[in-house]
Amino acid sequence: MARENLEFGDGVLLQHCALQTEDDLVLARAAIKLHSTDLGFSKLNQTKIVTAASELGRNVLEHGLGGHLKIDAIDQFGRKGLRLIFEDNGPGILDMELALTDGYTSKKGLGLGLTGSKRLMDEFSIESQPGEGTTVMVIKWT
Amino acid sequence: MVERIPILKIGETLLVTIQVDFHDRVALALQEDLTDKIVTHSSKGVLIDISSLEMVDSFMGRVLGNIAKTSRLLDCHTVLVGMQPAIAITMTELGISLQGISTALTAEDGMELLKALMSKKQKRVSHGRQIARK
Ligand SMILES: Nc1ncnc2c1ncn2[C@@H]1O[C@H](COP(=O)(O)OP(=O)(O)O)[C@@H](O)[C@H]1O
Ligand SMILES: [Mg+2]
Repeated sequence: MARENLEFGDGVLLQHCALQTEDDLVLARAAIKLHSTDLGFSKLNQTKIVTAASELGRNVLEHGLGGHLKIDAIDQFGRKGLRLIFEDNGPGILDMELALTDGYTSKKGLGLGLTGSKRLMDEFSIESQPGEGTTVMVIKWT
Repeated sequence: MVERIPILKIGETLLVTIQVDFHDRVALALQEDLTDKIVTHSSKGVLIDISSLEMVDSFMGRVLGNIAKTSRLLDCHTVLVGMQPAIAITMTELGISLQGISTALTAEDGMELLKALMSKKQKRVSHGRQIARK
């Protein structure tokens, strides 16, 4: 995702997590919890980050047919943040506006994953190419 | 990783303590196990302690909601106790409301609430009987 890198700079890679199974999702949540503690986030912000990550990670598993997550620490003009990039090579999203509507689900979810994680994080961007996959980037500033 | 969450039976109530993070399958198994136990023990109340839980996402929220709804259909009340303030705030921002779920801050308060809910129902039943006798 070149655009994010331009906007927020290169991060320091903290961890790379596979997202292929439910176990991977549990491990990813634990990893994010650890890194957000290390970066000094408050309890509330840690909870917000882990919850948003759980939503986006589950989307990778459920809708994106598996993929991976990159966790990195970024520093933009002295402002530090935790960035999470979720990537999959699944079917992609045909109607982005619909997918970004509160309560819309193409399966049996609550349809709050994308909109909810956007509310919980400070930065949110999504890119999807039908037939090629989806990339979601979120940032929480410390 | 945990495969099943234990369910304790204490009198007419069932007690569940969620200790660690677990995957979706375990949550679905809990929902099933609880339903089975409510029926086999004719339980009237379920107390779920989530004080050690790190987060409630929309999946977990849906599971908790389903447990409460299903137990109601089986003449049983569910009370959720010990939700961390950070989780309450995060859930609200995410957009999940645990409508129809009773909550209490501590396990003790939760037991009191369950007792109250259960006795309210018994009163209603005995009232019904009186009318029937007349
Ligand atoms: N990684 C993804 N790949 C393909 N489609 C996705 C992906 N993430 C989300 N979507 C689509 O966007 C919709 C909304 O996602 P979300 O808000 O998480 O709700 P839910 O997962 O409960 O359906 C999904 O139902 C799905 O159609
Ligand atoms: Mg989702």
